[in-house]
Amino acid sequence: MAEFLKQYLSPEWLAYAIVAFIHAFILINIVAVGALVFIWLERKVSGRIQDRLGPTRVGGKFGWLQTLADGLKLVTKEDLCPKGADQLLFLAAPYVSFCASFAAYMALPFADGWVGIRLNVAVFFIIAVIGLEVFGVILAGYASASKWSLFGAMREAAQVVSYEVPLGMCVVVPVLLAGSMDLITIAQMQTAGAAQMGWFTHWYVFNDPFTFITFWVYFTCATASVNRAPFDLAEAESELVAGFHTEYSGLRWSIFFMAEYGSMFAVSGLAALLFFGGWNGPLPITHWLGLADASNPVLHYAGNLLGALNFVGKCVFGVTFMMWVRWTLPRLRIDQVMTTCLKYCTPLAAAMFAGAVIWRFLLPGGLILPSDQGLVREAHTEIQAAAPADPAAPAAADASEPVGDRVAHVTPQNELVGAGRGTH
Amino acid sequence: MEPINWHSVFFLVFALLACGFAVAVLLTSNIVRMAFYLVLSLAATSGLFFLAGADFVGAMQVMIYVGGTLVLLIFGVMLTAQGPFISMKTSAGEWTLGIMVGGLLLAVLLQAATSIDAWQPQAVIEGDARPTATRLGMGLLGARVDKLDEVDPVQRGGMSGYLLPFEIVSVHLLVVLVGSAYLARPKKRAQNSSWEGLK
Repeated sequence: MAEFLKQYLSPEWLAYAIVAFIHAFILINIVAVGALVFIWLERKVSGRIQDRLGPTRVGGKFGWLQTLADGLKLVTKEDLCPKGADQLLFLAAPYVSFCASFAAYMALPFADGWVGIRLNVAVFFIIAVIGLEVFGVILAGYASASKWSLFGAMREAAQVVSYEVPLGMCVVVPVLLAGSMDLITIAQMQTAGAAQMGWFTHWYVFNDPFTFITFWVYFTCATASVNRAPFDLAEAESELVAGFHTEYSGLRWSIFFMAEYGSMFAVSGLAALLFFGGWNGPLPITHWLGLADASNPVLHYAGNLLGALNFVGKCVFGVTFMMWVRWTLPRLRIDQVMTTCLKYCTPLAAAMFAGAVIWRFLLPGGLILPSDQGLVREAHTEIQAAAPADPAAPAAADASEPVGDRVAHVTPQNELVGAGRGTH
Repeated sequence: MEPINWHSVFFLVFALLACGFAVAVLLTSNIVRMAFYLVLSLAATSGLFFLAGADFVGAMQVMIYVGGTLVLLIFGVMLTAQGPFISMKTSAGEWTLGIMVGGLLLAVLLQAATSIDAWQPQAVIEGDARPTATRLGMGLLGARVDKLDEVDPVQRGGMSGYLLPFEIVSVHLLVVLVGSAYLARPKKRAQNSSWEGLK
């Protein structure tokens, strides 16, 4: 896009500045408008779960302008700063929180190539940056000069620092399967190799039983690390008034909420990319429409647009799931939170990691369908061509051993695996 | 008009941010604000790494240094919140020592900086030649892929990579973790022996 604009604008830097501005504008609006929609959705979902209607009046039928009305109310509120507070840190804390949450979007791809910065360590970067959101919370809790705030901040700190460990372990499993930390590569690996179809069977969550459990551990830890119920001890309105944001009012308070919904969307997006194929849908719709062809720019763009919609849909589903959990489960105590992390999530994540490695070693082609290796697919088609009597679906009915052995003598990579198994 | 080297401009921006916040760490006496400025300074440094194309090192900087300072901040808040230690007074002796050590480091760095001929950055390599962490990772796993092309047999030594030092460091860290868990465990009272005595 910058290259295109450069032809028409005389100073070259102006073209780059405009393009950078457009991209930043789009990303900021994904977070801000997303927060508007999600707050409305949260009200509706909580209303329905509690057998109420939720907002119904503002803006027509479903009360869909409710958040905007709330926002206007928040803007008109007075921007307070408590007397004993550390003024600089108190004022800066919401922005720190929001910056950390927003920084994750720089490396979060929405479709093939639709990403702010394509980092080859994007997974690592996002995990590192999401963990920094707690920084703003701690600053807010400390600088408010209030006991409730400090309690909330300390709880949040203990919780987030603990949950980083199993979260990191869960994220490593798809990275291991894809052999890359680049999120675009990871998502493309889930389209079944050279055929580029994109059935849901190729998603890493269905790759093997270990990744399936890993996803649930990841989701638990992600919920905890973005400070959502049942892990919302930092707010705990029944004990700590409002936790770390007790002393905040008006727009600064709402920036905290924008950061929270922003990171909910980001961790859901990471889950969609790592486990649910990113923009590759449950059905290969872009493939059926012939939009998966990368050589034609217009078709490719249309395919990417569909893919981005698909990806956003998955993220919204993840966020809605978090809301459902929030209004269903009661809040945990701090010791229960720590027990969940250290006694259940961490050992589970470690065991699933070991299991995924062993599965990868023994069954590189996967049990149901050869998931991501073009070589293995070719091997299968060769076998099927050689033996037409064999029914087309070798997968679920076959035990693991025959699949492994049949593949083993064809591809060089699997010969190694076969040899390794022989020596054991 | 000569085209502006935007790479240098952004380098200056990040460098000024890093240095400015580093000076702010020195000038403030509030321990939590110190940690806050330190985090900002380290984050600006990671921006420099990203600017240099070293994504992995930049992300590492965010993860380890910024995250580590975050834990430092947590302890700073926990131990000093509203207490008498909230502001740190540095004595003249500490200033002298600090200036000596810092001045020596500055002298070394200045000498290294001025010995470079030209400050023009190399042309950005187009295409797929971006540096990745693959070689480093393979080296840590025990395979020096960067030495495969080496013709000189003397230079080809050390093909085993860094697996042994890596493992030693990890075992060492494990020992430290186990040790700290041992030190932090709740002290058990000697109830069992008295129970035995009652029987």
